[in-house]
Amino acid sequence: MRRESELLPGEALRRQVIPAGDYWIDILDQGQCLRIVDVEGNQSADTLFFNAADVSDHYSAVDTVRAQRNVYLSTGSKLLSTSGNLLAELVADTVGRHDTIGGACASESNTVRYALEKRTMHSCRDSFLLAVAHNDRFGLGKRDITHNINFFMNVPVTPDGGLEFADGLSGPGQYVELRAAMDVIVLISNCPQLNNPCNAYNPTPIEVLIWESDVR
Amino acid sequence: MLYETLIEGGKHWSLTVRGGTRLRLIDRQGGANVGMLFYNPQNTLERYNAPDTLKCQHTFKLTKGHCLYSDMGRIFCSIVDDTVGWHDTICGNSDKALVAARWGDRTYQQYRNDWTQNGYDAFLVEGGKYGLGRRDLAANVNWFSKVWVAADGAMTFAAGHSPAGGHVDLRFEMDSLVLMHTCPHPLNPAADYPRGPVVVQLHKAQPASQDDFCRNSRPENVRGFANTALYQACRCLPEG
Repeated sequence: MRRESELLPGEALRRQVIPAGDYWIDILDQGQCLRIVDVEGNQSADTLFFNAADVSDHYSAVDTVRAQRNVYLSTGSKLLSTSGNLLAELVADTVGRHDTIGGACASESNTVRYALEKRTMHSCRDSFLLAVAHNDRFGLGKRDITHNINFFMNVPVTPDGGLEFADGLSGPGQYVELRAAMDVIVLISNCPQLNNPCNAYNPTPIEVLIWESDVR
Repeated sequence: MLYETLIEGGKHWSLTVRGGTRLRLIDRQGGANVGMLFYNPQNTLERYNAPDTLKCQHTFKLTKGHCLYSDMGRIFCSIVDDTVGWHDTICGNSDKALVAARWGDRTYQQYRNDWTQNGYDAFLVEGGKYGLGRRDLAANVNWFSKVWVAADGAMTFAAGHSPAGGHVDLRFEMDSLVLMHTCPHPLNPAADYPRGPVVVQLHKAQPASQDDFCRNSRPENVRGFANTALYQACRCLPEG
C-alpha cells in the first residue's frame, strides 16, 4: 500500500548518498526512522537487518513473508528476525511493492545467470562481505549474509509458480521508510549489477535519511 | 538400493550424501512435509541458497528439472523425478511458538515420542552436530508442500497437495551435508499436528549425461553444472 511520509528532509538527523557499488552499514536506534530514496529510479537497495544486541538474530525473509501471508513488502510490513522478533516496520512507501524473494547478486550466481566469464564483476555480496570485514566490530561474517530485501525491485510470482523480473514500479525520487522497533544494524548494498535489464543496465545512487525517534 | 529407512512425522535426521547418490523421499500417507537444508561438508559456509536457486531458474516452485544451488553457483542436487509437482522453499519453518499457538504445546515430559517438535529446533539440533547454529540456517526446502501466490502476493497453502506414495528423487552432483525434519509445514492449517511419515531411500545414481534433462532444462543449469564440474575437477588434483 502506498503511503507518503510526513517527515521533512530538512529535519533529518543525517543523510547520505550511497553510490552504486558501495555499501552502507550503521546502527539505527529503536524508534528512529530510515528513509531510502531511489534517487534516479529502478535501482535496487539490497538490505539486511540485524538485532544490534544479538547479531545472530537477523532479518528473516521467510518468517516475514509467511507471517504476513504475502510475498511482497510495503507499508505495514513487519520485518521479523529468525527468532520471531520485530526488527522494524515499513511506515511509508511511495512504490507499493518491494521484493524479498530474489536475494542479492553474487559473483558466483552471476556466472550461472549470465555467463561464466562474468565471475570477476562486482556484486552485492562482494559489497556485503567488504562491509562486514571493514566493520568487524559488529562481529558479522559470511554466514550472516543471508536472504535480503531488494527495496525498489519488482519480482512478481505467478499463480502457477513462475518468477518474473518485471520492470520496476519505482521511479526517480520514490522512497520507502521504516521505523526501527529495536536497535538494529542496517546493512545496505547499493546494487552494482550491470547485467540485468531491470535497472536498464545502469546502476544509480540511492540516498538514506535518518530521523530521530518520536518526531511524528 | 543402498539403504532405506522410515522417518516418522515430527522427527529429524541428518546425513552426508556423496555426489553420485540418488536420494528418494516417499510421502507414505500423503500430506507429509520434509524440511531440508544442504551444506558443503568440506566448508559449511557454502550452503543452499533458495533465492539463487529460484531466480536463476525463474521459478517459485521446485519440481523435476530444477537444480538446487549453493551460494557459490554450484549444484548440490538435481530433481530428477517428481510425482508431486510442486515443492515450497519460501515459507521457512515452524517454531515453538507457532506450533504451540496452532496445535498446543505438547511437552516431551507428558507426551514422550508424541510431543510436537518444531522445524526450527529440529534444524538447530541436526545442524549443531556439525558446528552449525542459528546464524547458519537459511530458507529451507519444504518437500511435498505447495504454497501458491495470487496476483496481489497473497500466499495460500494447498491442502491435500501431496498424495500417498508420492515421491521426489534428488540426484546429488556433489558431496552434501543434508539436514532434514518431518515437522509440519508452517502454513499447514490442519486441526491436529500433522505427523506424515516419510521413507528415505539411497540409491546409486547414474551420472548426468550431456543431454541430461536437469542440465538442459535451462541454459543457466548448463553453467551451474560447469561450475560444479570445475569444483570436482579441482578436488581430484593430487595434494601438495
